[in-house]
Amino acid sequence: MSILHFAAASNIFSKAVLTSLVAGGLLAGVPLMFTALGETISERSGVLNLGLEGMMLLGAYVGFVVAYYVHSQTLGFVAGMAGGTLGGVIMVVLCVWLGLDQIVVGIAITLAGGGITSVLQGAQFGTSYPRLAAPATVSIPGLDKIPVLGPSLFNQPVLVYIGFALAGLLAWIYRKTNIGLNLRAAGEKPEALDAAGVSVVATRSWAALSTSALAGLGGAYLSIVSAGVFTPFMTQGQGYMAIVIAMLARGKPLWVVFGSFLFGISLSIATALQLAGVNISTDIVNTLPFVAIIVALLIFARRSYLPPALCLPYMRGAK
Amino acid sequence: MSDTGVSIQPADVAVVPPPGLGETGGRGRSRRVAAGRNLLIRSLIPVILALIAGGVLLAILGRNPFTFYANIWQFGIQQGSWEDSAMRAAPLLLIGVGLTIVFRANIWNLGYDGQFLIGAALICGIAPHLTSVPNVVSLVVLFLVAMAAGAAWTIIPAFLKARYETNEIITTLMMSFIGVGVANLLVKGPFQDPTVNIPQTRVIPLDHMLPSIPGTRIHVGVLVALAAAFIAAFVLKRTAFGLRLHVLGANPRAAAHVGLNVRRLIVMAFLVSGALVGAAAAADILGVWGYMRANWNPGYGDTVIPFVFLARLNPLALIPYIAFFAVLSNGGDLAASNANLPTDFLLVLVALILLFMTVIEYFGRRHDLGGSYLTPGLRKALHVPLLRRRTAAEEPSR
Repeated sequence: MSILHFAAASNIFSKAVLTSLVAGGLLAGVPLMFTALGETISERSGVLNLGLEGMMLLGAYVGFVVAYYVHSQTLGFVAGMAGGTLGGVIMVVLCVWLGLDQIVVGIAITLAGGGITSVLQGAQFGTSYPRLAAPATVSIPGLDKIPVLGPSLFNQPVLVYIGFALAGLLAWIYRKTNIGLNLRAAGEKPEALDAAGVSVVATRSWAALSTSALAGLGGAYLSIVSAGVFTPFMTQGQGYMAIVIAMLARGKPLWVVFGSFLFGISLSIATALQLAGVNISTDIVNTLPFVAIIVALLIFARRSYLPPALCLPYMRGAK
Repeated sequence: MSDTGVSIQPADVAVVPPPGLGETGGRGRSRRVAAGRNLLIRSLIPVILALIAGGVLLAILGRNPFTFYANIWQFGIQQGSWEDSAMRAAPLLLIGVGLTIVFRANIWNLGYDGQFLIGAALICGIAPHLTSVPNVVSLVVLFLVAMAAGAAWTIIPAFLKARYETNEIITTLMMSFIGVGVANLLVKGPFQDPTVNIPQTRVIPLDHMLPSIPGTRIHVGVLVALAAAFIAAFVLKRTAFGLRLHVLGANPRAAAHVGLNVRRLIVMAFLVSGALVGAAAAADILGVWGYMRANWNPGYGDTVIPFVFLARLNPLALIPYIAFFAVLSNGGDLAASNANLPTDFLLVLVALILLFMTVIEYFGRRHDLGGSYLTPGLRKALHVPLLRRRTAAEEPSR
C-alpha cells in the first residue's frame, strides 16, 4: 500500500522517468557492453583479463585527449582503442608469450593504468576538467517514435549501433566459424589446439589484444560520450563489473548485451529517481550494481562458467 | 599448475627453495651464499628497476627525478618524519601479513579496501561512545570489533569459494566495492558528527587513542603490527595450521586426499586475513587519524601486494619491504605535491615494481631450469668475460 502510494505520489512510472531510465541505462551500459564483449573473447581463449579496469582508463584518457585536441570523436574512439591496446600489449607479452601470472600482471596493469592516467591528467590539465560537446546522434526514422524506448534506444551515436552489430558478429563467430572454435579450444584444452596445428600463443595473443582494444573503446565511450569529461579513476570498478557480466553470461554475447544494460540501468537509476522526485544517496546507488552481482553469484554460483585452462599459461611440452 | 610453469602463483613462491644451484654448484656454505645472493638480487632488482623507470617517467613529465627522490628521503626520513613513516608502516604491515596468510593457501583476497573501511568506519562510530570505559579495555574492544568486521566481510566470498568454487578474485572485489559504499553510508548516516556540516565522524579524544612508545611520537600499533608479523611467521612455519595452509596452497586435491577439511581451511584463511586487515584499520584510525571522512580510502592494500610477493610470502621478510615502502609513500606524498603531481604517481611506481618482479621471476626461473632466454651464442659471449673475471678474482684468495 505504502509503496503504491509512494509510486503514485512521486510519479515514478511516468513516461519521462522511464525514458530517462532507458537512456541512462544505455549511456552507462554501452561502455560496460564493449568491455564485457571484449572480455568474452579473451576469457574464452584462457586469458583472464584482470587489467580491464586499467585498459578502460587508458582508453578513456587517450580517447578523451585526442577528441579534445583534434575535435573529432571518431578519432577519439580510435585513439581510445589504441590506448587500451597499449595495456593489452603488456598483457600479451608477459602473460601469453612469457607465461607469467595473469592475476599479478592484471593487477599491475590496473594500478599502472589508473596511476598513469591520473598523473597525466594532473600534469596536463591541473585541477581543471575540460568538457566535450555532446556527441552527434543518429536517429532511426520511424523506430525513434516508439514511446519510452524510441527516443532513447533509436537516437544514439553511431557507435552504439556498431556495438549491437558487434555483439551479433561475435555470437556468429563463436558459433559458426573456425576462429570461434580455435578460441574455445585455446581455453578448454590448449594441448588439443596445439596438436591440431594451430598456435595457442597466436590465438590467445589476438584474443587478448582484441579484448584490450574493446576495453579501450568502452573507456573512450565512457569519457567522450557518457561523461564528456575525463576524471581520474572514473571507471569506478566497471572493468571488474565487465568481467563478472562476461562470467555470468557464460561468454554468450547476446546475454552480455542484456546484462550490460541491466547493470547500466542500476548505475543510472539515481538520475531517473531524481527526475521522479526521489532523492537517494549516491552511495547506495553506486553500491547497488555490486550488491546485484553478489546476489546473482549467490543464486547462480553453480551456473557461472569459466574455461578450465583459464589463467593457466600454455607452454608447449610442459606438463 | 605445471611444474615448469613460470607463473608466480602464491604457493609456488613459498614452496620453491632459494635457487642458485646452477654454475656454483659447490657444497654447503658456498651454495647457501650463492642462494642468498641470488635471492637478494631477485628481490632488490625489481625495486631498483622500478625506481629508475619511474625516474625516466618523471623526466619525461618534465620533473627532476633527482629532486623527487631526494624529497622522498627528506620528507620520509629526516627531521623526525621517520616516525610518521613508521606509523604509516603499521597498517601496511598488518594488511601485508593478512595477505601473506591467505596467499599461502593460494587464495586471492583482493577485498582489502572494503574490509579495511568497514572496520575503520565501525571504530569511528563506536569509539566516541566508549570514553567512559578504561582506555585499555576500549582499545582492545575496538581492535576486536574492527577485526570481526574485517573477517565478516570475507564470509560471502569464503562461502562461495568453499561451496561452489566461485572465483574469489571476483567476489572479494565486489564485496570490496560494497564495503566502500557501506562505510560511506555509515559515516554520512548514523556515525555523522552532528556538530559539523562536512560528512565525517566525531573525533576520538586524544587520550583514547593508542598511546605512544615512550620517547617517540610512534603509537604502539606499530608494535602490534610487528608482533603480528612474528606470530604469523611462527604459525606458518611451526604449526599444523601453517602446514595445512601450505598443502592447500600447493595442491587442493592433495589436501583433500590426505584428509584435510578443505572447505574449513578456505574459510579459516579468509577469516584470518580479513581480521588482520581489520586490525590494520584499527591501528591506523586509533593511532593516526582519530576520525574518518566520507570517501576516505587510503588504498593501502593495492600498494602492499608487490611487497608480499617480493618477500616470498614470508612475514618476516615483509618487514624491511614495508619499511621501505612506508618511507616511499610517506615521503612520496609530499614529494609528489612538491613536484605538482598527483600522489597517484606512487601507484605507477608500485605497478612498475610488480611488472619488473614478474619479469625477473621469469628470467630467474628459466635460469634455474638450466635454460636461458638468450641464444647460445649470446650466452657464451656474456659468460666468458664474467667467468674469467671471477676466476681471476678468486685465485688470489685461495
